[in-house]
Amino acid sequence: MPEYQRHEHDVLVIGAGGAGLRAAIEAAHAGVSVGLVCKSLLGKAHTVMAEGGVAAALANVDDRDNWKVHFADTMRGGQYLNNWRMAELHAREAPDRVRELEAWGTVFDRTPDGRILQRNFGGHKYPRLAHVGDRTGLEMIRTLQDYAIYQPIDVHMECTIVSLLKDGNRIAGALGYDRERGRFKLFAAKAVVLATGGIGRAFSVTSNSWEYTGDGHALAYNAGAALQDMEFVQFHPTGMVWPPSVRGILVTEGVRGEGGILVNREGRRFLFDDIPENYRSQTAADEEEGWRYTQGDKSARRPPELLTRDHVARAIVKEVREGRGSPHGGVFLDISWIRSKLSNAEEHIKKKLPSMYHQFKQLADIDITREPMEVGPTTHYVMGGVRVDGDTQMSSVPGLFAAGEVGAGLHGANRLGGNSLSDLLVFGMRAGKYAAEFAARQSSPRVDAQQADAIVREALEPFNRQSDGEGPYQVEHDLQGMMQELVGIVRREDEMRRALDALKALNERARKVSVTGNREYNPGWHTALDLRNLLTVSEIVARAALERKESRGGHFRDDFPAKDPAYGKFNILIRRGPNGEMQVTREPIPELREDLKRIIEENK
Amino acid sequence: MAATESLARNVVESGRRAAERSDTSAGTQERSATFRVWRGTGSSGQFRDYQTKVSEGMVVLDAIHRIQAEDATDLAVRWNCKAGKCGSCSAEINGMPRLMCMTRLSELDLDKAVTVEPMRAFPVVKDLVTDVSSNFRAKKRIRKFTPRPPDAPDGTWRMAQSDADRVQEFRKCIECFLCQDVCHVLRDHHLHEQFVGPRLLVHAAQLEMHPLDILDRTNELKESHGIGYCNITKCCTKVCPEHITITDNAIIPLKERVVDQHYDPLGKLVRLLRGRRSAGTPPEEAQ
Ligand SMILES: Cc1cc2nc3c(=O)[nH]c(=O)nc-3n(C[C@H](O)[C@H](O)[C@H](O)COP(=O)(O)OP(=O)(O)OC[C@H]3O[C@@H](n4cnc5c(N)ncnc54)[C@H](O)[C@@H]3O)c2cc1C
Ligand code: SF4
Ligand code: SF4
Ligand code: FES
Repeated sequence: MPEYQRHEHDVLVIGAGGAGLRAAIEAAHAGVSVGLVCKSLLGKAHTVMAEGGVAAALANVDDRDNWKVHFADTMRGGQYLNNWRMAELHAREAPDRVRELEAWGTVFDRTPDGRILQRNFGGHKYPRLAHVGDRTGLEMIRTLQDYAIYQPIDVHMECTIVSLLKDGNRIAGALGYDRERGRFKLFAAKAVVLATGGIGRAFSVTSNSWEYTGDGHALAYNAGAALQDMEFVQFHPTGMVWPPSVRGILVTEGVRGEGGILVNREGRRFLFDDIPENYRSQTAADEEEGWRYTQGDKSARRPPELLTRDHVARAIVKEVREGRGSPHGGVFLDISWIRSKLSNAEEHIKKKLPSMYHQFKQLADIDITREPMEVGPTTHYVMGGVRVDGDTQMSSVPGLFAAGEVGAGLHGANRLGGNSLSDLLVFGMRAGKYAAEFAARQSSPRVDAQQADAIVREALEPFNRQSDGEGPYQVEHDLQGMMQELVGIVRREDEMRRALDALKALNERARKVSVTGNREYNPGWHTALDLRNLLTVSEIVARAALERKESRGGHFRDDFPAKDPAYGKFNILIRRGPNGEMQVTREPIPELREDLKRIIEENK
Repeated sequence: MAATESLARNVVESGRRAAERSDTSAGTQERSATFRVWRGTGSSGQFRDYQTKVSEGMVVLDAIHRIQAEDATDLAVRWNCKAGKCGSCSAEINGMPRLMCMTRLSELDLDKAVTVEPMRAFPVVKDLVTDVSSNFRAKKRIRKFTPRPPDAPDGTWRMAQSDADRVQEFRKCIECFLCQDVCHVLRDHHLHEQFVGPRLLVHAAQLEMHPLDILDRTNELKESHGIGYCNITKCCTKVCPEHITITDNAIIPLKERVVDQHYDPLGKLVRLLRGRRSAGTPPEEAQ
């Protein structure tokens, strides 16, 4: 019989990024007992890396902004596959959530009259991103962390959940191990909030950290919850491409927001050549107008560099494929050119983009105030995730909630920059609130010891296999390369079929990986366990992508390059079938409410 | 359009030059290097040598990951962002407290073995991973942010960018704890319970100088956070990867506040040496 440390909470929050912390805070405010687990130390979650800002229609910089415009922008960006109720709630509530951060200590950059400053970002009609230089995520997570530690929340750091527990149909808690000692911990809980972030480590070029192995997606799937929109993976247009060891590290969109331009090896600003129809009326006619826009001229329209990420990323891929790329297989992103426009350009760049300046100086020996950067697309964000109710964030499993990147709905086919940090706050708060309400109505769940024992035995298997077996790192590496190549930014039916075959083989290999050493802080073992989740989400992405025979938002099919209106009427859902097989279904999108329809029309 | 076209061509030219420079500086070719890595748990352990291939642009964390994948699957190391933003990957590289993800191999002499060991001021959990929980506990002892009532009827505040700038320097902290690692009060004298250390003094300074905060933490800075233990050696400032001027901008102004309210011989001395600045003078003006 395995041994566990037992913990009992009304609400268990899995994940301590922006969404998890906000959920835990809200649940604690509601007076229920709260546990918070995370794989890393507190304050290190992915949210810490967010750079550009948090989107909220505060209208501090442009008073024409309001929640309706933000709503319409989010829907347009998501190509109308969004859960419109979530898009509405998000646009309405984001300003309050941002102001609340200030009340908890965040020090945002200021407007001349002392209010929260907002900057331009792709797909947002008005300057909307509240920010702190280019380290907004650090500011946000630290604020939430420093607020949460004074709340009655039990924090379990460096603890990885390997499975959810169920009592019949409803959720009963979760089982995990602590990294330091490798001991198992059993959490009984009346409600569980998943806030585990994304899946970027399924690909080889990514801006995401080791934590992004799709744990929450896989945990929910294995517990019987439906996932939705998993074909929509966001490839951010600007990651570093050189040197090889930093490939994928993000170059914030803020560079373009401050006037940075994209240029191919022939010296053309190629984005002017291909402006999508639905954005034409909002895009600058020439370079001069684009520059004026970045400098706050309200009569100017945005430069094409600030079109949505899916579009810009594909345009870059096209330049590279057609031989017009930069020396290391990207294109040039240049902010230094603003020297010809501003006398204090160098200070200006360092002040507005300090971490970008240091990142390039330290990692690539490039002074961005003098030289252009080389950039190319990098796997950045997953729009898909656990399907939830728009108001409460509860999944199809009673008592299981999801918020933040692991949830789905708000972003539809493509997320606008800045809409994630606001997502974390708005829906983290809602998930915490409704999880607490749910828990208050429930009796304690029954935790099935056999269920728990089986999970533990399986988790320990890699230690028991023959020690001359393959290690987990090689399998992970091969999986990432395969997904990048076959299910990456440009997709085709035959390639994705090959991916499914490859996944079968990789699954076989993963079942045999062995690890050495003991259970104490053993990254080989951790990787072996993460690998199971990566394989699950990779297959889910491939199956969803096969089903969507059109191109829309983050999902581009070479064999179906056009958007098909028929595919605009449903979301693709994936569930675990009764025999463990993946079930792919199409779920019709409910008719838009009349008033919301009008808002979209008015903002066309 | 013509003018901007030629501008764009300049972009391409300088981009190509930069790319060529990075290609030729060390080339893309691989070479072999030796890393002398601390292996062990708790108080027992030893250095072990690992050989691995390294190439242009690699950082120490990349080398550790290669060793992990090739030779030592259970080599314990913390990391998250690999971009100097999360403060997870702190270690001592050739004896210097650094972030592994921001230390390029090209800065090191690869003809000699590169030593990589855990932060020595903290108990070792395993290999390069240390127990930094004392820092989290220390933070809880500092009274939390407490704002003045909102300035505007809509519940918002007004503050000038210059006021924001002052604390934004401190709020850049990524909690890598490298400053705690070098501070002799913690490292050599192990006074973790008596002295919160430079990181937490930066945190306290951020609260004390926060434009909206109304608490006065001077008394506990002296009584329970042990600010008097700091004798201004400035070692902490030297290692901060965020270039926070820990001693001059955070600790000394806090010490001055303490002097104003209490007698603190060391603080007083500092004050005499530095002239009579009133407590809380914005750091920009102090320089
Ligand atoms: C470089 C970069 C820049 C970005 N910039 C912006 C920006 O400017 N604006 C914006 O809006 N968005 C931005 N994003 C996106 C945004 O940062 C993320 O989508 C967001 O932070 C995700 O937050 P989260 O709370 O959902 O998850 P995270 O912050 O990733 O937190 C996930 C948590 O779950 C825990 N966890 C995961 N699995 C388990 C498990 N099995 N057991 C226990 N715990 C687990 C992790 O330890 C972690 O604590 C950026 C992303 C990147 C990578
Ligand atoms: S200046 Fe003070 S806090 Fe910093 S290292 Fe020296 S004694 Fe420690
Ligand atoms: S003050 Fe600097 S060295 Fe100290 S923890 Fe913060 S970032 Fe690290
Ligand atoms: S891994 Fe985040 S600072 Fe090094």
